[in-house]
Amino acid sequence: MIIKPLLDSKAELTHGNVSKCPVVLSTRIRLARNLAGYAFPGWAGESQRREVLAKCFESAAGVTSLKRGLKFEIGDLGDLEKKILYERHLISRELISGKQGAGALISKDQSCVVMVNEEDHLRIQVLRSGFHFKRAWRTIDRIDSGIEERLPFAFSPELGYLTACPTNLGTGMRASAMMHLPGLVISNQMEKVIRAVNQLGIAVRGLFGEGSDASGSIFQISNQMTLGEGEQRIIKRLSGVLESIIEQENNARGKLFEGERTKLHDKIARAYGILRNSRVISSAEAMNLLSLIRLGLDVGLFDQDKRDLLDRLMIESQPGHIQYSAKHLAESDERDVLRAAYLRTEFEKIPQPDFGSTKRRNTRKE
Amino acid sequence: MAKALKCNICENQATVHLTQILNNKIHKVDLCESCAQEKGVTDPNGFSLADLLVKASGEDEGGDEAALKCPSCGYTQAKFRKTGRLGCPDCYIHFRGTIDSILANMHKGTAHCGKVPANARAHMSLREEVARLEEELKKAVDAERYEEAAEYRDRIQAVKEEHGRKE
Repeated sequence: MIIKPLLDSKAELTHGNVSKCPVVLSTRIRLARNLAGYAFPGWAGESQRREVLAKCFESAAGVTSLKRGLKFEIGDLGDLEKKILYERHLISRELISGKQGAGALISKDQSCVVMVNEEDHLRIQVLRSGFHFKRAWRTIDRIDSGIEERLPFAFSPELGYLTACPTNLGTGMRASAMMHLPGLVISNQMEKVIRAVNQLGIAVRGLFGEGSDASGSIFQISNQMTLGEGEQRIIKRLSGVLESIIEQENNARGKLFEGERTKLHDKIARAYGILRNSRVISSAEAMNLLSLIRLGLDVGLFDQDKRDLLDRLMIESQPGHIQYSAKHLAESDERDVLRAAYLRTEFEKIPQPDFGSTKRRNTRKE
Repeated sequence: MAKALKCNICENQATVHLTQILNNKIHKVDLCESCAQEKGVTDPNGFSLADLLVKASGEDEGGDEAALKCPSCGYTQAKFRKTGRLGCPDCYIHFRGTIDSILANMHKGTAHCGKVPANARAHMSLREEVARLEEELKKAVDAERYEEAAEYRDRIQAVKEEHGRKE
């Protein structure tokens, strides 16, 4: 397996948890860039695409944060490998279905990715666990400038970076945060939030982009407009919106635990019971139950040091990962059995929810 | 009964109605089921109303205009309308008219005010860049888009400072 060294090393997403903000799982910034003098990947012929791939790989590999990264052409990967990288949000569906000359370069800690010949010649992406747009911007700005030193980008002083689709024109930047919002989902407020946020030119999507369902109460929130505003200002505006969503989420959680504490404790306890004991479990059910456990962890029902494990399980319960750890391809029914077994074993490491301590804490407050 | 809406793309009866508010402007697109499917409204991997606006805006224009071809890469304007994507960076120059008309609906503004690559900065003279930014600043102030105006002001400042350092 080409991607084995990547899966064996520690990843930013599952091992970089320094975040103090449980609501924001991760922040991500991507930049769309194209080489001057070449047709965009969707219109370019095979020889041009190959030339672009070679140039981009050569330049990107010279950038510090990408040195010693994993470099591959999409055609060299097996189906399972593609699936795993997709489940980790390292490569896109568009790249997977890409023609010859589509490839990617992924840094060792999986925090920086450069996709080549996706919709644009280059899609540079930086991922940080937690709510860290400033750090992500600093890193990606450096990578971008590093590549640009070696490769002239298609740029117009008036329109900015020229992209295959005018929706990315200008900064070519999409900044997004992956948010865990069980409070807003359980209290049926999510639709209202989505509507309000949309009016500000901010998009809300499910875990795997537009149209995907919000399994596990996880939402991707990102800027839609890329032209007419500088990168810093887009990030500032988006951060402002995210902060108010965090506040709404915390309020919703507060109200839920105040009004329906027993009911909510029951939900979390049942989720724990199922994850610890089930024999057959689908990935959607697993996501929803893991989401409840994560909520429980946020309010102190589980040990804080289990957060990394939990975030890892949310990734590793997905179909591609289940097959990888089982070391063979499996049909959906078999996967559900494998997933249940995997989760049972992992949950042995997580002790029963501790309702006593919260009860004591709450009684003291009353 | 109200007249049934027609699909913006193929004239069949529209059953999918999309509304999006961008910059306080309401954009509506009506589609029949098969066009909605084809245009990826149901595609989980990124559908954007903006892409549809590209096509909807070009509906009434004549054939000559659609036959317009980018001399650098051979891509046609008709293809752009169909896919929402361009052939090469030069298409932005050759299809300027059509692109300009959709940008205002799609984005916060119509002029870039973000990062400029170092090698492009070298080609652009200071006076040229400041003049362009000042023009945008004036437009923004006239339209009472003050936040945008502040952005241009900051950029003008930054450009001047950077130039000062070089000299």
